[in-house]
Amino acid sequence: MTHIAEPIERHTIAVLVDNEAGVLARVIGLFSGRGYNIESLTVAEVDNREQLSRITIVTTGTKMIVEQIKNQLRRLVPVHKVSDLTIEGAHVSRELALVKVASVGEKRVEALRIADIFRANVIDATNESFVFEVVGATDKVDAFIKLMEPLGLVDVSRTGVVAIARGPAAL
Amino acid sequence: MAHQDTLNGAEILLKSLVDQGVEVIFGYPGGAVLPIYDELFKQNRLRHILVRHEQAAVHAAEGYARSTGKVGCVLVTSGPGATNTVTGLTDALMDSIPLVCITGQVPTSLIGNDAFQEADITGITRPCTKHNYLVKDVNNLAKTIHEAFHVARSGRPGPVLVDLPKDVVQAKGEYQPPSRIKSKYKPQVKGDLKAIEQAVEMIAKAKRPIVYVGGGVINSGSAACQLLTQFVRMTGFPCTQTLMGLGAFPGSDPLSLGMLGMHGTYEANLAMHGCDLMINIGARFDDRVTGRVNAFSPNSKKIHIDIDPSSINKNVLVDLSVIGDAAHILEDLIKVWKARQVRMDDKAMKAWWAEIEGWRSRNCLHFENSNKIIKPQYALQRLYELTKHKNPYITTEVGQHQMWAAQHFKFEQPNHWMTSGGLGTMGYGLPAAMGVQTAHPDALVIDISGESSFQMNLQEMATLCQHRLPVKVFILNNQYMGMVRQWQELIHGGRYSESHMHTHPDFVKLADAFGAVGLRAESPGDVDDVIKEMMAVDRPVIVDLRTDASENCFPMIMPGMAHNEMVLGPEDRSLDRPGSEEDGMVLV
Repeated sequence: MTHIAEPIERHTIAVLVDNEAGVLARVIGLFSGRGYNIESLTVAEVDNREQLSRITIVTTGTKMIVEQIKNQLRRLVPVHKVSDLTIEGAHVSRELALVKVASVGEKRVEALRIADIFRANVIDATNESFVFEVVGATDKVDAFIKLMEPLGLVDVSRTGVVAIARGPAAL
Repeated sequence: MAHQDTLNGAEILLKSLVDQGVEVIFGYPGGAVLPIYDELFKQNRLRHILVRHEQAAVHAAEGYARSTGKVGCVLVTSGPGATNTVTGLTDALMDSIPLVCITGQVPTSLIGNDAFQEADITGITRPCTKHNYLVKDVNNLAKTIHEAFHVARSGRPGPVLVDLPKDVVQAKGEYQPPSRIKSKYKPQVKGDLKAIEQAVEMIAKAKRPIVYVGGGVINSGSAACQLLTQFVRMTGFPCTQTLMGLGAFPGSDPLSLGMLGMHGTYEANLAMHGCDLMINIGARFDDRVTGRVNAFSPNSKKIHIDIDPSSINKNVLVDLSVIGDAAHILEDLIKVWKARQVRMDDKAMKAWWAEIEGWRSRNCLHFENSNKIIKPQYALQRLYELTKHKNPYITTEVGQHQMWAAQHFKFEQPNHWMTSGGLGTMGYGLPAAMGVQTAHPDALVIDISGESSFQMNLQEMATLCQHRLPVKVFILNNQYMGMVRQWQELIHGGRYSESHMHTHPDFVKLADAFGAVGLRAESPGDVDDVIKEMMAVDRPVIVDLRTDASENCFPMIMPGMAHNEMVLGPEDRSLDRPGSEEDGMVLV
């Protein structure tokens, strides 16, 4: 069989769900059970009164697969809304990372200088370490971490992507 | 309010079930559900059918649901009782059968402690139910049960599980009637009128149209089946049905091409391959239907009508989709068709039908009969001829007998054919027949079976006898797992690895042991007699028909082949072609 290689696309999908037990397991189970990719997934309650949580998923796949992912998500009973931010107009996305660098001397100074360029904050410091807080698009966070590698990078914790559409409209 | 507070969880549960129209529960008691069984004992609104294994309870509820269009109901205990339902729930999910399965659970204080008979059943069944719930507060119990029924029957139907910890069913709480529940789950039922108008335009241009009908039409209800029949007869289009769709359109109508797919008819598959417009109503382009996907109906425009948006473009890209309930969409489709006074190209339609009749004249279901040994096809043809005046309900197990039954029985009405299509569950037919007979006590209910499948749930013979359910088990006994043997012969060089069971029980004595009636046919001359005798008996019957062990089920699309590459019979030369494997997709 000759396959016409469908291009792989990256999509950011926002999902509004009931904040109930097992809802995250349902979403994750859907991805693992059907063999879809998850590049990043974040979740937190966003509406306390209506008890709604918002899940932001970054996934990759062919156009047909991404369409399937959205339809399969819509099938889940506690899912209220599925929005493909990548195709539904412009959106902004951010990620937060905590980056621990342990070094002394020149390397320590260099780390601080780069942090300054990236507008990263120092949120913990000892004589031999810093914890930086950096916020930005995924590629910015990637670049920051890469630059810290030779400067004593020891630990990274990232939130994954949160995203929202530009303009006045709500999800 | 005061009197409502006097209800305990078990009472609330039973009241909810009654208010949801439940008449029968298929179940099996155990520690965690004893308070519920205690309440069941005190009432007589709900009938309880005591099965012998929880898997059978789910299949029975499936049979009940499929033959009535109502939601089937199951009640089992925690731990092993709950885990035994997994196969049945998966079966119901694959075939879109509405069920509510109530499982007992250890008390909330013990959840997570590896308590006796504890299993995380909501975790285990998350991927094999449409939705599931764990009720932790007795005041949410009624609401949850009502919502479970709503979810099970709405949209694309499916199984819903409700897990009830023992302390919750013992606690006192408030009952809420269904009228007070507002569910947020509201699938789209009405189709987009613009899309329907577009469909009519596409149909009007077609020269070689075909209607491809699936179980969605049967799930939608008898109105959808009537509208489908009206639409097909009005247009004069050929109509083929999937395994799940048999009965949605009258099988004996000349417009029906019978079943399509791997063991479908020659005319149905070639018409699918050669059509220029395919109208899929409530089917899902299953791999057993499409054969090799990249060679599937290559020159047609495709319209897909389905209630589940995730079925659209899943396996096959379509040109137009209409999301909604089949009955609503068919009604609008007919309306628009009539309003526009569409005229098909008569000449093209005549030519198309002439081609189809040419394929039909190959008589693809033909087989070489014998006067020495019972051919399974012969047995089923006789069963059909001798029982059709009784409009029987037919269930099947899985394998050759299932495909032969689908080929040789003609179903005039929906809800009379119950078979495990998606999951292919051996052991489905006997308990499903039990559920059907419970719903239709006076009807003729036949489980067309094989000796291997039958033994997967044969303990249910006891249930049949206890509850006086006169199901007829019609075993085509060829001593082999027939379909496994067939694939081994055709694809694995005749190496019959573990497909032959050297030892079988004496099915006639077995029937006797259960208190049922056992009959045997060993030569073609016995077949009519045992069928007549079977029908005359007002008790459960096992019929053991010794059939030709070497018979294969044809026509057949070999794995990895396309619709126009089907093998018609053992003498067909194309059998020598090897099956292929598609890139990245192993064909099983």
